[in-house]
Amino acid sequence: MEYHFKLPVDSGEIKKLHVGDIIYVTGKIFTARDEAHLMMLEKDKNSLPFDPSEMALYHCGPLMKKTDKGWQVVSAGPTTSSRMEIFEDKFIEKYGINIIIGKGGMGERTEKALQKYTGVYTAYTGGAGALAADKVEEVPAVYWLDELGMPEAAWIFKVKEFGPLVVAMDSHGRSIYKEIKR
Amino acid sequence: MDYEDIKKGIVQLIKKAETELPTDVINALKKSYGIEEGIAKTQIEAILKNIDLAKKSGRPMCQDTGIQTFFVEIGVDFQHINKLKGLILDAVKIATMKIPLRPNTVDPFTGENHKDNTGDNIPYITWDFVEGSDVYITALPKGGGSENMSKLGMLKPGVGIEGVKDFVVEEMIKAGGNPCPPTVVGVGIGGGADLAMKLGKKSLLRPVGNRHNDKTIAAIEEELIKRINESGIGPMGLGGKTTVLDVHIEKAHRHPASLPVGIAVQCWADRRAKMVIHSDGSWEVK
Repeated sequence: MEYHFKLPVDSGEIKKLHVGDIIYVTGKIFTARDEAHLMMLEKDKNSLPFDPSEMALYHCGPLMKKTDKGWQVVSAGPTTSSRMEIFEDKFIEKYGINIIIGKGGMGERTEKALQKYTGVYTAYTGGAGALAADKVEEVPAVYWLDELGMPEAAWIFKVKEFGPLVVAMDSHGRSIYKEIKR
Repeated sequence: MDYEDIKKGIVQLIKKAETELPTDVINALKKSYGIEEGIAKTQIEAILKNIDLAKKSGRPMCQDTGIQTFFVEIGVDFQHINKLKGLILDAVKIATMKIPLRPNTVDPFTGENHKDNTGDNIPYITWDFVEGSDVYITALPKGGGSENMSKLGMLKPGVGIEGVKDFVVEEMIKAGGNPCPPTVVGVGIGGGADLAMKLGKKSLLRPVGNRHNDKTIAAIEEELIKRINESGIGPMGLGGKTTVLDVHIEKAHRHPASLPVGIAVQCWADRRAKMVIHSDGSWEVK
């Protein structure tokens, strides 16, 4: 099945999704890699300058360019998600994330958290950075750029029809990666 | 000798590597598109669209523009050898701003990033000597996701070549979707630990589809391609027929007590570009 979502998406919609479905999302997404995960887990939820629960989480360290009109995305494909496995269950719990976009898949801890808190992990084609950048309409904000640097900072992207995203881990306990390894 | 002009040439070399894939890689991906179905096909389709868009718009195809890696073959009669390292370094800094490239070099102790893709021992340059007065530079920007799947096995010689094959297949199955398959796998066999790794990486310079000159080694390459693809990991680890586009092997003689195997993994963005600098300073990017 193919779905086109406006973010944020409620649990009812997430429950409809199964491994193998394709989704496209429109709305706000934020990037976070290792450093941003670590930082956001240490911070007080109420002190954050943005509300992650309204957005999808994108495992991405983009290549950005500063222009007269502000930041512009040059290339922004997904980064390897497995590096975030050690943080993700706590991150989902703390920030109410229900759509994760990444590549390469995640492990059992994330799988359980997706079941418990009703979320999905979706795969975007790794390395397809130019294609992804084309779906970003605007870069409304960036946080912790000075401390973390370009790839690790939290970038907020306003995207339109961002995808195709393959539902690779669903809220019913299924994982495409686990099934292939068997 | 117009050094500024040579710098321009090296910037063009880096830009070509970052924004255009060699035709041998594109052809292999197109072949994969023809045989894949379902989700696997959607992944290859996105890759091909992305390659096209990057080339047309002159943007890096992947946001991970890699660690700048060069293999340089210097003609022994070239008169300006002492300038080459400085020219490459300057060109990397210019390319970082101009193309642009992601600032990818981080001090492992302090976390400091020079933001120009240079740092201690980086860019990573391998020097070699050849006959003549021309200099050949190959750019091979190396992404982190695939590099993280590199492996060194100090196998026991008793396991033989069968043991080497099993090691490569098992490691590539363990890597799953992490290195952005379909990948190109470079295997260095023999030498010591560092040489095996180096040969693995160097073998990635060989075009996709080209077999080793030695027929026995060529047959092992083919066997490894078949076995890894039969794993079903497929494009991006989402299942499918194409997990590797190619496997390249290079060898060195080994110590009687050692059987080192170095695995270097390159993502589908098997970025390579080559240039020649002539003795009069003129250059071409191929």
